[in-house]
Amino acid sequence: MSRSLKLSLTRRYHFAASHRLYSAAFSQEENQRLYGKCGNPYGHGHNYQVEVTVTGPVDPATGMVANLGELDPFVAREVVEPFDQKYLNEEVPEFRDQVPTTENVCREIYRRLRRFPSARLERVRIQETSNNSVEFAGEPQECAQ
Amino acid sequence: MIRVTRRLEFSAAHFYHNPDFSAEENRRIFGNCNNPYGHGHNYVLEVTVAGDPDPATGMVLDLKELKEILNREVAERMDHRHLNYEVPELRGKIPTCENIAAVIWALLEPKITRGRLDRVRVYESADLFADCMAEPNGTSRREGGS
Repeated sequence: MSRSLKLSLTRRYHFAASHRLYSAAFSQEENQRLYGKCGNPYGHGHNYQVEVTVTGPVDPATGMVANLGELDPFVAREVVEPFDQKYLNEEVPEFRDQVPTTENVCREIYRRLRRFPSARLERVRIQETSNNSVEFAGEPQECAQ
Repeated sequence: MIRVTRRLEFSAAHFYHNPDFSAEENRRIFGNCNNPYGHGHNYVLEVTVAGDPDPATGMVLDLKELKEILNREVAERMDHRHLNYEVPELRGKIPTCENIAAVIWALLEPKITRGRLDRVRVYESADLFADCMAEPNGTSRREGGS
């Protein structure tokens, strides 16, 4: 009857940032067709919500998969501080060469948070608006580690 | 396979303290949550059951029954209780949302006779929740108490 169990902890963080969807690899017309008003050269912004899910054994001494006393400052340092109130295209170096779509932002946040030392990063989910969300749980070979 | 989810809210008090740690370690590890007077949350429980709908009823399970199970097993045990003192299943455990989810899983799994318990999610606040699920490959190790 009893199956082996997996516990995960999910914490939601917030940052507000501006961006612009534009790729130099495409012509003006193609950019306009692909990105529409998201390509407005002055940029626009969102209140991003980031859900970070970590998994691993529950430490019997603390009852925790991860202590928020460690996770919160780690996410603050790696993601919230470098992204909050910033223009992603210019102020986050990884988006100088890739378009800061929610997909790419999600993958970049996953890449940064994989280094969390105390639990395994399982998934990052981002809501760009209440109508759009993107989730990334690593590529299959990354998950197999 | 279809997943059906039922939600339940309950309000409870708790605090985090491990008697094996010194007072300083308790404060360092648990921060504000170590306040011995306790503090409280409006917990939100989401219970997901998976299965194939019965062709005759169109249901994976009767949601009225699930509601009764959740009221009996969870609300009556935990609603308006102090989780450190009044819930025997949590005795000796730190009442984190991870441990609460694992305890609720253990309480519900034997009671779900139609469909299969798929996930227990416990929100401590809108920005923090724990999930308890069966391991996809069902291997040996059992984590998270009970």
